[in-house]
Amino acid sequence: MTTGWLTVLLVGAVTIALKGAGPLLLGGRAHPRRLFPVLRLLAPALFAALIATQVFTHGRNLVLDARAAGLIAAIVGAALGARPLLVLVAACAATAISRLVLP
Amino acid sequence: MRSISAGYWAGARAVAPLAPVIGIVGVLFGYLATAAGLTPAAAIVMSATTFAGSAQFAAIAIVGAGGTMAAAVTAAALLNARYAILGISAAPEISGSPLKRLLVAQFVVDETWAIAYAGDGRFEIARLIGAGSLLFVVHVLSTAFGSFGGCLVADPTKFGLDAAFPALFVVLLRPHLTAPAAMVAAAAGAAIALSLAPFVPAGIPIVAAAAASLIGLRLR
Repeated sequence: MTTGWLTVLLVGAVTIALKGAGPLLLGGRAHPRRLFPVLRLLAPALFAALIATQVFTHGRNLVLDARAAGLIAAIVGAALGARPLLVLVAACAATAISRLVLP
Repeated sequence: MRSISAGYWAGARAVAPLAPVIGIVGVLFGYLATAAGLTPAAAIVMSATTFAGSAQFAAIAIVGAGGTMAAAVTAAALLNARYAILGISAAPEISGSPLKRLLVAQFVVDETWAIAYAGDGRFEIARLIGAGSLLFVVHVLSTAFGSFGGCLVADPTKFGLDAAFPALFVVLLRPHLTAPAAMVAAAAGAAIALSLAPFVPAGIPIVAAAAASLIGLRLR
């Protein structure tokens, strides 16, 4: 078995375990009511964090580059209620154009 | 029964607009994985078992650069650590035998999890399975295409494709920004992640950002 295959299988096993842990241990049991407001805020907190790190970091450096133009395009598109695919195309186009224009 | 299958379709329909992006990412992954030395079969098995783009890219980047297996597995585990949180949040709706719970849990990825939360914060398992099935098929098939067919996109940044994922997450975030508290949680989450990013490995800032949701405890 090669290192590549072993890596593939280990990463798969770890991911399956991470995803499955909650449902395996707590599956079918209701969360305490007190946690409901927290769970509702989980999506905004996590997605904002994913967006921020994907747009403003490169490795461990904070950067401001053409991806910011894509983010602005995406926010405008989403705020206007544009179709998801259109938002994605607009974001990619804005990033590609900024990359051409900016030094 | 009827309403359950309606839920599957609703989930698949909700995620369908995102499918082309997932497909492009899959093709790119298939190509990069084989370029990093994996066989096409290994690339496809990875997409089927891991089913989480960012961790897959991180793992093959490390393998391709000659990094150790431990480094690749650790990086992927950190990037996927947030799925433990998503899994816990979805757990009450996932019931049945342990095997069934384990399998259904695999449909949880960022996109399907966001779509399964229908409006009022209730997690709908049928929407998760519908959306997850569609994305899974697209992800695995596009990986196969990319790993066998070579790459059509030599440099993804040239077409701004690196902006596709953040834009995807903006689309997913939008319906969740219904209350002022959600805006505060989003701003706090982004701030936490960016302030930690320079100091800790990728993935950790996202998990830490989940703490922003704790402001919900102060809401009455």
